[in-house]
Amino acid sequence: MQFYRHLSISQKQIVWAWAFLALPAIFYVVIRFYPTANAVFLSFQEWNLLGARTWTGFDNYVKLWNDAVFWKVFGNTFLYLIIGTPVSLVISFIIAYHIDKVRFMHGLIRALYFIPFMTSAVAMAWVWRWFYQPVPIGVFNNFLSSFGIAQIEFLNSTTNALPSILAPAVWAGLGFQIIIFMAGLRAIPQTYYEAARIDGISTLTTLWEITLPLLKPTIVFLVVFSSIGFLRIFDQVFNMTTNNPGGPLNSTKPLVLMIYDTAFNSFDMGYAAAQTVVLFAILLVVSLVQLRILRDR
Amino acid sequence: MSASDLTIKPTADALLSTKMAKRRASNAQFIRWLILFAGGVLMVMPIVYMLSTSFKYPFEVYNLNLIPEEPTLENYQLVLEDGRFYRWFVNSLFIATITTVSNVFFDSLVGYALCKFRFPGRYIVFIAILSTLMIPTEMLVIPWYLMSTTFGWLDTYWGIMFPGLMTAFGTFLMKQFFETVPDDFIEAARIDGLNEFQIWWTVAMPLVKPALAALAIFVFLGNWTAFIWPLIVTNSQEIYTLPVGLTTFSVEQQVEWELIMTGAAISTLPTLIVFLIFQRFIIRGVVMAGLKG
Amino acid sequence: MNLIRKLVLGAAAAALSVAGTVGAQAVEIEYWQYFFEPRITAMDTLIENFEKANPDITVKMTHFPYADYRTKVAAAIPAGEGPDVVQLFYGWLNDYTEAKLIQPLPADVFPPEKIEAEFFPMVKAMRAGDQYMALPTAVRSLALFYNKRLFEEAGIENPPANLDELVETAKKLTKKDGAGNVTAVGITTGMNAQDHHWFREVLVRQFGGEPYLEEYKVVNYADDPAGLKAAKFYNDLERTHGVTKFGFMDEPQAAFKAGRAGMHIDGSFRIGALDKVRGLKWGVAELPAGPNGEQSNYSSYWVNAITSKAEGEKYDAAVKFMEYITSDEAMQIWLDTVGELPAKPSAALTDENTANPVFGPFIKGLGYAHTTVFANESSQRQQMMDMIQRIDLENQSLEDSLKQAAVEEQKILDEYYKK
Repeated sequence: MQFYRHLSISQKQIVWAWAFLALPAIFYVVIRFYPTANAVFLSFQEWNLLGARTWTGFDNYVKLWNDAVFWKVFGNTFLYLIIGTPVSLVISFIIAYHIDKVRFMHGLIRALYFIPFMTSAVAMAWVWRWFYQPVPIGVFNNFLSSFGIAQIEFLNSTTNALPSILAPAVWAGLGFQIIIFMAGLRAIPQTYYEAARIDGISTLTTLWEITLPLLKPTIVFLVVFSSIGFLRIFDQVFNMTTNNPGGPLNSTKPLVLMIYDTAFNSFDMGYAAAQTVVLFAILLVVSLVQLRILRDR
Repeated sequence: MSASDLTIKPTADALLSTKMAKRRASNAQFIRWLILFAGGVLMVMPIVYMLSTSFKYPFEVYNLNLIPEEPTLENYQLVLEDGRFYRWFVNSLFIATITTVSNVFFDSLVGYALCKFRFPGRYIVFIAILSTLMIPTEMLVIPWYLMSTTFGWLDTYWGIMFPGLMTAFGTFLMKQFFETVPDDFIEAARIDGLNEFQIWWTVAMPLVKPALAALAIFVFLGNWTAFIWPLIVTNSQEIYTLPVGLTTFSVEQQVEWELIMTGAAISTLPTLIVFLIFQRFIIRGVVMAGLKG
Repeated sequence: MNLIRKLVLGAAAAALSVAGTVGAQAVEIEYWQYFFEPRITAMDTLIENFEKANPDITVKMTHFPYADYRTKVAAAIPAGEGPDVVQLFYGWLNDYTEAKLIQPLPADVFPPEKIEAEFFPMVKAMRAGDQYMALPTAVRSLALFYNKRLFEEAGIENPPANLDELVETAKKLTKKDGAGNVTAVGITTGMNAQDHHWFREVLVRQFGGEPYLEEYKVVNYADDPAGLKAAKFYNDLERTHGVTKFGFMDEPQAAFKAGRAGMHIDGSFRIGALDKVRGLKWGVAELPAGPNGEQSNYSSYWVNAITSKAEGEKYDAAVKFMEYITSDEAMQIWLDTVGELPAKPSAALTDENTANPVFGPFIKGLGYAHTTVFANESSQRQQMMDMIQRIDLENQSLEDSLKQAAVEEQKILDEYYKK
């Protein structure tokens, strides 16, 4: 206590910070960093999970560099990011912004948008797969053909399949983003809006000059977190393409699905670890760049 | 200066125009409501199909009709009469609840420290924690398993729970929301003689209730649906979680979809309840009241 | 007093020693398999019978969801947390043997000559040197399922006996709507299901070729002209004859279950599921013979093995248990409960079994079945799927696509066997 009292204010802050962080630090080191370091080691080894590990140097990375499937998958992963993040964020912001202004049956409306996020991914993937089928069983194609429009091959196509799988992923994630946006909108003090109304500022200017800047912490969170989410997309793709994972012809395969397949179908743990390290590097760079850009603004 | 000072005494003309403006506003409000409602109905259509399928016999599963020709409760009977179902349900509830409490506490603790304290290495600690989001769970499962064998955590509730007790997701979320808490409040509390822990708990936490509610919903959901790790770490059916238990409906080379839909329908119910409980906290007002003072 | 004391003490000592011997003798071994209701029921019966015959041994069965059984087993066994006796897919065994995670079956109880005389020949793949590493209780094969109601409607009396008849029959069964969309297929196709086996081990052989050389280490279907003929036959089902659609209704079995497919090639493990579908009347026939009348089939199986964890008396108990679950009696129980075929001709080819309208065609198929030795079944299957989709979606020529598939598959095999 004596010691503590003699510390300067900034030193006290350091002590308090580590007091807050002590237990979590142990947790993260043991439960998260250690296995991650393990994966990095593993990427220089060969291991089929059953036998002994053997060192192979950079073999796994060389193999990855020369793997045509990897480059295809690499491109797909970025497609998911580049389409998924902006589309989902714009839609969810618009919806959240308007739900925020609705009073009548507000809870019901909010729940309607959130329910998809709560429902089992496996079950939903099946429903969407069914929707996308050609006639006679597909809902969308039956709908189209009742207007005399030609059928669309949603999933059995190398060009349409990726957006067709992204759609349910965006759909399922909307509820999450809407809730975060709404929590953010509600953290903005009402007084700012009152002041704006009194000054006769238009709704659009209010949105641009007050809402969005004050929403910045929320936006930073959602941009970074959603980007990580789309770069790590797995569940939707895996469940939507159960009969031909990542197909047709690898046109929908994201990196995490490739990692999963390498680890638990081929049992090539070292190679899977090398892919994981690459994924980690991509995610880290993308997140750091986003944090930097959004901070400077 | 407060809003009431500026209120102008209404003249008859102004009154009329406000009335019209109000009507126009309420028309706009109505259209907004209608569009949002229609969009919401579209959003839940796949879930309606899921529910519809759960009332169908296998032979009707791929029929497009929303209302089954021969509705049946057989699927629900099949799922619910299996006594193990309740056990799995309670297990999931227990695990998801504990994990949620732990996350709400620790994630906001860490998020607050990263947001409001100035200390060397702050950004590095933040990035290090954030980086844990960047490794797919699939790659962590084997090290966790080996860890659990060493510590004797296999086939226990603790074994299922431990990896999820804190998450980078929650930490990041809370850090961002603590940024909306004005530093003046914290300074004021310090002057009042509160220690940092008290400031966090009694001053900062109430101000981020909407975010805490969102965090609680997401952590609960994430643990309610977690699959791969609970599967790997458990051996006995007695401690299976619901998602692991429900996979007994997908067998080799085929899946009984009507049962999967039934299981999904039943397991969505508690999450819906949790959502309805917590979404009430996502309300406005706390921060506003604070600023006025 | 003294006497009484002595008696009491003696009795207590006797009681203790009895308890002691019982304690020492009651060995518990653990058995793992994947979850499938009938398999659990069958194994419960087997365990009950076994424990009755061996009161000093108890068997504890644990089961896991099928989808992740392989991962679960692979995580647990090397960590020493696994069972004493485990059920594995035949294709995984190599890795487990190499990693010394399973122990060979003792040659005195399971002499290789005796096994080879008694079991179906494909079991030979489980032999390592002078010992067997594992043995199956049951095996599976393929057959042609057909929808009896659709056959009646189309006025077809018998299921097709050869490939030409197959095409003709399928033509009669195919239904299209006004716009030319197929609403019911004559025969289901999909390399993702069982068709990749049908292509490799049945069609290629029926057109006079060998799918692989050197014990499945060298891909041969692209070099052997029969491979191209087989691929052309398969591809023509949709392209030329229009009697099918690849991936119709997403999964072949779903189309057959929904009554939207006249014929469907599938394994014996499908029987149970089809039995449950109300309003579906179906029959089973042997796979159609090839152009020269040659018959072929694909067989796969799950084996039971003793893990390296079992030592001492647990090992002895595990051997006894293995002996029982590979006996004729166990096989018949397995067939009756699960519908999987006995692994020994003596148990399988009884008059009663071959005359059975459902099991019969499968059991007959076992007599001429081949078992592919996979390095990585899902990757090798992927090559077959991609072969068809390259033709379908990228307009690659059949010949080029087949060659590419062979090259890719050879890469997988080379990588696996390079060690």
